[in-house]
Amino acid sequence: MTKEPLRRSLLYVSGSSPANLAQAPYYGADCLVYDLEDSVPVAEKDAARFLIFNTLLKKRPKNVEVIVRVNALSTPFGHEDLEAVVRARPDIVRFPKIETPEDVRRADEAIRAVEEKAGITPGSTRLIAGMETHTGVLNAREIATASPRTAAISIGGEDFTASMKTTRSADGLELFYARNAVLLAARAAGIQAIDTVFADINNTEGLIEDTKLIKKLGFDGKYLIHPRQVEPVNEIFTPTEKELEKALRVFEAIRQAHEKNLGVVALDGGMVDEPVVERARRVVSLAEAAGMIDGGDILWQ
Amino acid sequence: MAVNSLGREIPDKLCGRKLTPYSGAFSAQPSAVIGTNKRQKRFLPGEKKLLPSIREAILKSGLRDGMTISFHHHFREGDKIVGQVLNEIRALGIKNLTFAPSAVVNVREPSISDFVRDGTIRRIEASGIRGELGNAVLEGLMEEPVILRTHGSRPRAIEAGELVIDVAFLGASAADEYGNATGCIGPNACGSLGFAMIDARSAATVVVVTDHLVDYPCVPASIAQDQVDYVVRVDEIGDPEKIGKGAARLTRNPRDLLIAKRAAKVIANCGWFRDGFSFLTGVGAIPIACTRFLRDEMVKRGIAAGMAVGGIPGSAIRLFEEGLIRCVQAVQSFDAESALAIDANKMVLECDNSLYANPHSCGCLVNRLDVGLLGALEVDVDFNVNLLTGANGEMVGGLGGGPDAAAGAAVPVVALPLVRGRIPSVVRRVMTACTPGETVAAVVTEAGIALNPRHRNYKAVKASLDAARIETVPIETLCGMAEEITGVPKPIECTGRVVAVVEYRDGTVIDVIRQIKTER
Repeated sequence: MTKEPLRRSLLYVSGSSPANLAQAPYYGADCLVYDLEDSVPVAEKDAARFLIFNTLLKKRPKNVEVIVRVNALSTPFGHEDLEAVVRARPDIVRFPKIETPEDVRRADEAIRAVEEKAGITPGSTRLIAGMETHTGVLNAREIATASPRTAAISIGGEDFTASMKTTRSADGLELFYARNAVLLAARAAGIQAIDTVFADINNTEGLIEDTKLIKKLGFDGKYLIHPRQVEPVNEIFTPTEKELEKALRVFEAIRQAHEKNLGVVALDGGMVDEPVVERARRVVSLAEAAGMIDGGDILWQ
Repeated sequence: MAVNSLGREIPDKLCGRKLTPYSGAFSAQPSAVIGTNKRQKRFLPGEKKLLPSIREAILKSGLRDGMTISFHHHFREGDKIVGQVLNEIRALGIKNLTFAPSAVVNVREPSISDFVRDGTIRRIEASGIRGELGNAVLEGLMEEPVILRTHGSRPRAIEAGELVIDVAFLGASAADEYGNATGCIGPNACGSLGFAMIDARSAATVVVVTDHLVDYPCVPASIAQDQVDYVVRVDEIGDPEKIGKGAARLTRNPRDLLIAKRAAKVIANCGWFRDGFSFLTGVGAIPIACTRFLRDEMVKRGIAAGMAVGGIPGSAIRLFEEGLIRCVQAVQSFDAESALAIDANKMVLECDNSLYANPHSCGCLVNRLDVGLLGALEVDVDFNVNLLTGANGEMVGGLGGGPDAAAGAAVPVVALPLVRGRIPSVVRRVMTACTPGETVAAVVTEAGIALNPRHRNYKAVKASLDAARIETVPIETLCGMAEEITGVPKPIECTGRVVAVVEYRDGTVIDVIRQIKTER
């Protein structure tokens, strides 16, 4: 298994704002999601596509994953978006409004067509499938496994709640099932799960509560719509010193067991089994991303 | 024509005045006997100082053609004194004056350039000029170049006899009939009158102008009766709405917050951030946010600042009230909260401009600064800072106290965005050098932090930041990043004619501003 990068904070950057595209890399988000969809007015779709294409080719930010959200393939813009975007080689293409596994397969084939035309290794462009409706959520399990390109699946809370004839509330109860359904599907497929945006940019407290909840559920990260949201979200995903210390002790116990040729690793009177190691690995990865430690050696010993 | 140590071409002489090229931040060695225009006077017991009008005060002061008048800038955009006085002077037909306010001339109504055009004003000496007057000067409005001085240089120039003030018109938010004056009470309270004190001490004639006469004695007085010749009561000295310029809430601009946070990180880890440290910050969005981040850091480490110096916003007073600053030295107060704090707290002091930043004294307050957070329009790869001329060919700022604080502080940090709109702020060569690069320790932008290898504390700061794992880049990298976004702007074309002289704090000439070529 290749090491999947951390995706705690995925910051949307509108393709219709050159200034935001230039500024976005500085806020510390793990991923930038250049957007061609909802944040771009219909009259500016072509200009935004051109801008994102050129940004990727000429001013691609370093040390950060770049994702492009294209328009749905069912719209007049989807295929044209892919023609440009795939050629510019972002890390991931994110598709909105995925409702069925066929939607994902169509996306996969459309990407492949461009890859072949452009001489790009087929299958090297990855994708995120975004579910935004009841149907999408009900099909999450099949959607998650429909294409080997899929790096993650995600839930779009605003559209989902609308499709459920309700609205979003502070405690997020109306999203509880959908979040868990997407999360279960992602985990079963061995891919990541990304949570929806928190739209009220001036409500930091609300953002923190929402992020604590989704971290607790098990999500890998969250889409963000404003640079000010990056730091609180990254912070919530940053382990405490205590958690980190415990994780490091797990790895130390493994190292000692290896040295002594012991089959079973024990720590604090308990057995260190796979779930314990997996949790410790995630804590170390998060600590590394937060700059708490240089975790490279520990993770790969 | 000489070339100063920053490589700027400086004329040898200008309008009969010999110019000394800048040759290093601490090169000038002063020796002049302090000499001002103040004369001994005699006021008899029972003699009155209260006059019925500004016109009467002008007549009594003996103001005549060719003299120098001064004002302070504590009422900022809300000032209504400069306009009233100049209108009366014009009506009296007095011409060819030197206009020497303590800071940026920014009076919109009436327009100062009209007073230049009709011959009332012949020369201007200030810390900056902007707006309509600034642009007119750049286009060649004045026959004699404007002299621009830092806040610390003005009292130095006055004491050295370079700026000789004949009549000072000093606004006070409250005063008594015998001349004791303050800025701390009254409907137009502006707080500290720090910039007026040198004028009160040095001008041949001092006129206090107030709209709020109080019973004798008006104490504690910022300007005392023994320095004041006349008192005038007018209907209105200012607009309180516009006096409180610094009452800014915490910015929500993510870029400014990011710059502020980075600057705070640099300051907190530079090695000088320890219990009892002294600091200066300005009042823009970035400094106010930075002060907030520093507050959190002080609380975390359980330390407090010994002294905050300079123009003081309410946000600094809140830190004082929290016990995180032990002493505040306010040369000006930026909002009502700050203004009222002087009267209410023994350790919030009004400080005189000369004490604040005069480089040619037995030691000014900025000499004791550990860190200073400074703004800039542009900074170049030699760390020279431009505070005056915008890339669009307009006068946009003032020298203020930035060059003074940079020289004095152990770690002066310049914080600015990498680009503003489509204009780069980190450039190859600033249009106008105002603060010499050798006095700038660090430049902080949203894109990265650059340390100046030529700064006196470079080694220590670098070691401290390295230990804290704070990454720095060469300033050329920042410049390259800016140019990558904006391209390299075409330089602004100028004629050979000098329209403004930019003095360094020691009175040498750090740069000149030349007339902009206009297409008209």
